[in-house]
Amino acid sequence: MKRAESWQTAEIPGPKKALTPKTPETIALFIKRAKRPLIVAGSECIKLEVNGERYIDYIIKIAKTGNIPVVATAHTVKSFLEKGIREIFSMSAMEVADRLRDPEWKGFDGKGQYDLVLFAGMKYYFEWLILSGLKHFAPHLKTVSLDKYYQPHASWSFPNLPDKEWRETLLKIAEKLKT
Amino acid sequence: MSRKELYLKVKEAATKLGVFKDLEIAIDRILVEEYEEPMGPTPFPSITELRNWDFKLLNRYRPFYMPFCDLCCLCTFGKCDLTQGKRGACGLDMAAQQSRIVLLACCIGAATHIGHARHLVEHLIERYGRDHPIDAGEGVDIEAPVTRLVTGIRPRTLKDLEIVLDYLENQVTHLLSCTHTGQEGSSIDFESKVLHAGMIDQVGMEIADIAQISVYNFPKADPNAPLVELGAGVVDKSKPVILVIGHNVPPAVEIANYLMNNDLMGEVEVAGLCCTAHDLTRYTPKAKIIGPISWQLRFIRSGLPDVIVVDEQCVRTNLIFEAKKIKAPFIATSEKNCQGLRDRSRDPVDEIVADLVNGRETGVLILNPEKVGEVAVRAALKVAPRRAKFKVIPDVKDVIEGAKKCRKCRECIRACPNNLPVMQAVNEAANGNLAPLAQLYENCIGCARCESACQADLPLHSYIVKAAEKRFKEEKFKMRSGRGAVKDTEIRTVGQPIVFGEIPGVIAFVGCANYANGGKEVAEMVDEFAKRRYIIVTSGCAAMTAAMYKDEEGKTVYEKYSGDFDASGVLNVGSCVSNPHIAGAAIKIARIFAKRNLRANYEEIADYILNRIGAVGVAWGAMSQKAASIASGFWRLGVPVIVGPHGSKYRRMLLGRKDKPEDWYVYNARTGEKVYVGPAPEHLFYVAETKEEAMVEIAKLCMRPNDTTKGRAIKLTHYIDLHKKLYGSIPDDIHLFVRTKADIPLTMKDEILAYLKEKGWKETMIPDPTLLPRLIREKVE
Repeated sequence: MKRAESWQTAEIPGPKKALTPKTPETIALFIKRAKRPLIVAGSECIKLEVNGERYIDYIIKIAKTGNIPVVATAHTVKSFLEKGIREIFSMSAMEVADRLRDPEWKGFDGKGQYDLVLFAGMKYYFEWLILSGLKHFAPHLKTVSLDKYYQPHASWSFPNLPDKEWRETLLKIAEKLKT
Repeated sequence: MSRKELYLKVKEAATKLGVFKDLEIAIDRILVEEYEEPMGPTPFPSITELRNWDFKLLNRYRPFYMPFCDLCCLCTFGKCDLTQGKRGACGLDMAAQQSRIVLLACCIGAATHIGHARHLVEHLIERYGRDHPIDAGEGVDIEAPVTRLVTGIRPRTLKDLEIVLDYLENQVTHLLSCTHTGQEGSSIDFESKVLHAGMIDQVGMEIADIAQISVYNFPKADPNAPLVELGAGVVDKSKPVILVIGHNVPPAVEIANYLMNNDLMGEVEVAGLCCTAHDLTRYTPKAKIIGPISWQLRFIRSGLPDVIVVDEQCVRTNLIFEAKKIKAPFIATSEKNCQGLRDRSRDPVDEIVADLVNGRETGVLILNPEKVGEVAVRAALKVAPRRAKFKVIPDVKDVIEGAKKCRKCRECIRACPNNLPVMQAVNEAANGNLAPLAQLYENCIGCARCESACQADLPLHSYIVKAAEKRFKEEKFKMRSGRGAVKDTEIRTVGQPIVFGEIPGVIAFVGCANYANGGKEVAEMVDEFAKRRYIIVTSGCAAMTAAMYKDEEGKTVYEKYSGDFDASGVLNVGSCVSNPHIAGAAIKIARIFAKRNLRANYEEIADYILNRIGAVGVAWGAMSQKAASIASGFWRLGVPVIVGPHGSKYRRMLLGRKDKPEDWYVYNARTGEKVYVGPAPEHLFYVAETKEEAMVEIAKLCMRPNDTTKGRAIKLTHYIDLHKKLYGSIPDDIHLFVRTKADIPLTMKDEILAYLKEKGWKETMIPDPTLLPRLIREKVE
C-alpha cells in the first residue's frame, strides 16, 4: 500500500497536506480544467532520470501535449534551448515563487496570474519550501508536484513512487492531455 | 573614549544654592571625546532608531516566507495552526511567526558572537591588562570601522571594548524579548529587528577579532600572510596529534604556547577544524588545518587525534562519544559547551593528566586556557604511544560484510540532507565494489544522519570514509592564513575603481560548509571571478573550502592569486569573527574615498554602500544561526547575500521586483529629483538553485546606480557573458540596466542595440543616488 508521507523523513508539514490523486488521469483533468496553467521546471530535471530517460524530456512532452507554458529555473533554460525548445521562459525559482504569490502579477505573457502551477525537478527540500510559501501566501493558486516523491505542501502530489510507476504516470498524463 | 566610573561623596558642601549634606553623586560612564570626527546622529542606536532605514530597504526588498511547517509551538496556547491566514491563540499570523523565527535565529547568532567576544576580551584583559592597545596593523587608521559606525566609539585599548560589549548585550536582550508571546506582532517590525540583530552582531565580531589580532599579534592587515597547510593529509601521523575544534581560540593558543615554551613545537602536531584552526594558524603558521567543521567526524574516526580539545560553536555535540570510541582523551574548555563533564579547572595538572591517560576519566572540563594547554600536551605525549592511532574506520572486508546486512529500507537516503544514494552504494559494496561509496565522499556533508537512521546499525559514514580513504589521506593544500583588516592605503588605491564600477565587484565567500553539491563549486566560483578581476574575499569554512581544490598546475586559489585587496586578489580575512573586515572595507571606502563621516552615521553610510559599492556576499553552505545574523548585518548595510540551496531553509528571502518600476527610484542628491535607476541591486537575500545561477546572479548583483558608464559597461560585460555561457542566451532584462548608450559593452554593441530597440528602451540619467531626502543638496522647485 502506498503511504503519502514525506520523502525526507524529518520533513513533517502540519495539518494541511497534499492530496494524492487516485490516478494520473486526475492530474490531467485538473490541467485541462485550469484556465492558466504553468510548468516550473527546476534544475534537477536535467540531471534526473525517469527509468533511464531524462526527466526534462517528459516535461517537454507534457508541456507540448497540454499546451502549457514552461518556465525554466536556474540555468535549466540552456538545456531546453539545446533541445530546440524556443517557447520557454527563464526565471529563478525564488523570483517565480515571489511573483506567483502576487495575485496582481500579469504572468509571462501579460495576461494575468496563473491558476495551476506544476512543479518539476527541484531538490526535494527546495521545492518543499517553495510549495510551502505558496500554500500559505498564494491562496489563489493550486499547485501540483510532478516529482516522484511526495510533496505535502503542494495541493496535489503523487505518493513516493518507484521509477517505473513514475514513468507510467508521467506518460499517462501526457497521453490524457492529448485527448 | 574610555569608561570612567565616578563616585563622589561629600559630607557637607556650602554653595551659593545652599548647603548640601551627605551629598552622593554616582556616574556610571563618562564619554570622553578624543577623536577628530564629529559625533553622528545615531550613536549606540536603540532597537528602533534605524527603523526608517530598515523600512526603506524592506519596502523594496519584500520578505517572501517559506514556512518549514504550518504550526507555531512556542507557547502552551499551542500548538497553533497558522495555515493560510489563520491566526494563533496569541493573535500572530504566519508572516509574523516566520519573521519571529528569523529574529530568534539572528538573536542566537548575535548572542553567540557577542558572548564569544565577551569571553575573549575578559580573558585577554585578565592576562594582558585593560590598557593593552588596540592595533589592527600598519596602514590601518580606522581600526574598527563597524564599531565606529554603530556606536561612535573609537576603541584604543581593551577596556574600551567593554563599553561596546555592554551595549551589545543590552541590545540582544531587548531583541530577544521581542520574540516573547504577546510582544511584536508585525512581520515588518520583526524584520527591522532582524536587521538590528545583524548590525550588532557585526560589532560583536569586530570586537572579538580586533582584540585577538591586537593581543595575539595575528597577521595585521597583511596581504602576504603566510600560506598554511590544510587537509587531512598534512598531519604527521608519527607524532602525537592534538585536535582543536571550534571558534574561540585561547585554549588552542595556550596549547601552542606550552609547546613553544617547552621546545615541543616540532614534536607534537596541533591541527584544527573550523575557526579555531583559522585563528590558531594566525597565531602560529606551524599549526595545521584539517578543514571545515563538517570534516570533524571523518577525521576523528580516522583515529589520528590523540587528544581532542573543543571550545565553542558548531562543535558536533556528541564528540565526547566519538572520542571515547577512538580512546582519545576529550577536553571541553568553554562554559558554553560543558558536555556534562566534571569541572577540573582547579585541580592539579598532574592529577588531570593521570586521570585522562589512565582512562579514569574519558573527558574533563577545564575552564582555564593555560591549564588546557599543559594538560592537552602532556596527555597527548603520554597517550599517543599507547593508542597507536586506534581508529574506528573499518577495513574493506568489514565494509563488505557489513554491507551484506543492509535491509534495503532506504532510510539512509531519506535521512541524507543531499539525498545521496547511500543504500545503492552500500548494496554495491556488498558485491565488493566500493567505488560508489567513494563517490559519495565529495557531496557528503559529514552529518552521519544516515547512520542514525540505519535500521541495521551500520556505521555508514565510516564506510564512506573508508571507501574514499586514499583521497582523504592525500588531501594536502595551501591556504593563506587570515590577514585581518583591509589597509586604509589599499582602500585609497581601489576606492575609486570600485565606486565607479571599473573593478566590477567585491565578492565575499563566507560561511559554513553545508553544500548541496560539494565544496568544489566554491573553489570554481572563486577562480572564475578572480580571473574576471573581481576582488575576492573569503572567511570561515568557505575560505578553507576554496583552498581544497587545485588547478592543473597543482595550485590552490591562494597560491594562484595575490592576497591584495585589489582586482583579482583572493584574500582570506580569517575566521567567522573576521567577517566585519569585509563590511569594514566597504565602510572605509565611504570614509576614505568619499570623505563621508562614518562616526555613528549608520544610515548615510549604508545608503552610500547600497547605491555605490558593488559588493555581494555568497554563503554557499550557510548552515548556522550565526550565518543568519552575519547575513543580516550585511543586508542592513545594503550588501546583498546569495546562499546555496540549503540556505532556502532560512525560510525567508528578501526579494526585489524588477517588474515594478516604482520600486527603483532614488533621489538625485544634486537636485532632489526622483530618478529611475533600474533594479540595482535587485535582491537583498536570495537563494540560488545551482552554481551557474549563483554566478550569473553575483555578476548582476554587483551593479549599482552610481556606476559610471565605463564601470557599468564592464559589469554588463560579465553579466551578459556569464549568462550566455551558462544559460545559452542573452539576459532578458538588459534594458533595465543600460542607462545610456555609453553603458553598452563595445564588443556587444550591435546585438544589444537591436535588443534594446525591440524592448522600446529609452535613455535615463545617472544620478548622484540616495534614498535619504536629507542628503539632497539642492531641491527642485
